[in-house]
Amino acid sequence: MKTYKPQAISSSEITPQSLFHARRKFMQMAGGASLAAIWPQSLWAADKLFDVKKSAYSVAEELTPLNDVARYNNFYEFGTSKDEPAINAGTLKTRPWTVTVEGEVKKPKVFDIDELLKMAPVEERVYRLRCVEAWSMVVPWLGYSLAELIKRVEPTGNAKFVEFVSQHDPEQMPGQKTSVLEWPYREGLRMDEAMHPLTLLTLGLYGEVLPNQNGAPIRIVTPWKYGFKSAKSIVKILFVDKQPVTSWMKAGPSEYGFYANVNPEVDHPRWSQAKERRIGEFLKRKTLMFNGYAETVASLYAGMDLKQNY
Amino acid sequence: MSIKSINNRTQGWIKAVTFLVALIPLIKLLVGTYLDDLGANPIEKITHVTGYWTLAFLLITLTITPLKRLSGWLWLMRLRRMLGLFAFFYAVLHFSTYLVLDQFFDWDNIVKDIVKRPYITIGFSAFVLLIPLAMTSNDAMIRRLGGKRWKTLHSVIYLCAIAGVVHFCWLVKKDLTIPIIFSILLGLLLGVRFFFRILDARKRKLNAHRLAQHQKKSPTLIL
Repeated sequence: MKTYKPQAISSSEITPQSLFHARRKFMQMAGGASLAAIWPQSLWAADKLFDVKKSAYSVAEELTPLNDVARYNNFYEFGTSKDEPAINAGTLKTRPWTVTVEGEVKKPKVFDIDELLKMAPVEERVYRLRCVEAWSMVVPWLGYSLAELIKRVEPTGNAKFVEFVSQHDPEQMPGQKTSVLEWPYREGLRMDEAMHPLTLLTLGLYGEVLPNQNGAPIRIVTPWKYGFKSAKSIVKILFVDKQPVTSWMKAGPSEYGFYANVNPEVDHPRWSQAKERRIGEFLKRKTLMFNGYAETVASLYAGMDLKQNY
Repeated sequence: MSIKSINNRTQGWIKAVTFLVALIPLIKLLVGTYLDDLGANPIEKITHVTGYWTLAFLLITLTITPLKRLSGWLWLMRLRRMLGLFAFFYAVLHFSTYLVLDQFFDWDNIVKDIVKRPYITIGFSAFVLLIPLAMTSNDAMIRRLGGKRWKTLHSVIYLCAIAGVVHFCWLVKKDLTIPIIFSILLGLLLGVRFFFRILDARKRKLNAHRLAQHQKKSPTLIL
């Protein structure tokens, strides 16, 4: 009589644990988007942002699909090509996370991310995003005006500028192992720009907390400026009396200025800014002054030479 | 049969395989387009991939002659024309992508780009210079021009390669890693030619010297 013998698996055929987990991670990432559609709401709840209000600041334009928003990113901390952040940003730890707010303020404070998530009512704001590389998207961000946070720390009369400092940890952010930019990433705004209601302290997009590759867990969005002005994965907000020198200003002073307002009339020294390609569209469209937000922000720059203050 | 002198049949096979391999980047782009798998900005992707392979094939073409000399594999020369034409093929695709997909025949803007944007000026110049090289890459034209003139004309490829690498360096936003790798490879390929030239000049000198010595010793020989 024949007896059933289980076939021995040769050791060379056993998947090493590290590979097994790497594969599992890949499958999770690949499947994430499709799973999101069919997953029971309750299991997903941890990452959902609740009680989101619609905002009057939203534009009525067709949204760029989440798949593109979360897979086409300039986030040099995770690599310089635009598909790398989505692949590499899994290593970013977004808990525990604190944001230190200090400098020229009466009430400096270290905010925990979970406190910031509840500090003010979260709104959904559909903003245009214009990259300095002449492409654009329309993104439904979640957050509240940065002014909400600024009010709480009470800036002194010496606070003329706000500087944003991003996370610096080459172990979590492999792109920081090269010196393509000066780390940590630094950005900044003039005080009136920072207080402008459009300037969004951003915690999520598409109804959920920020994907790592989009600057989790907290970032800035200034929709009338080129994308690089919107610092990601912020750990420190500093109120200062002098105009900060940002990472991109250091990297290319003749190409990247402090203001970086979207302006079709002021070209990048090497390429035109007159048109842009909206992701998902074939023909290029004309770029709008201040990315279409001129009505609310143009007055901030009254009397300034925008060719000089690029 | 040694690897130095392989027969015609094998050479034919090598050529066919090279031809197919050289088409892989294009096939990948076509499949990617069909499956909508070229990322969020497919036009940018196609532009980058075709540009990358134009430069890569220019450098591969420039590798053939020094490699033949170092290895003694004469049959390598039979691949050179095809590889050069592939460089031109990808350059045509690259330029067409810019013309059709990127600008969609916006002639005003294209002229402005070529005049105002140094990286486009130099890239476009390199493309235009490649055209006569591609048109004369056949036996009939070599015969018509004569080997010497043909060779002079085709040394323009050095200019094209340098212009192509500069075009690449000037257009990237910040990360120069790949353009620098291309620059170093091109530097090596030009350097090795320079080295061979010096070597040949020395050899010639030495030979002339030897001959002269020889004549001194036995002056009757020349009579």
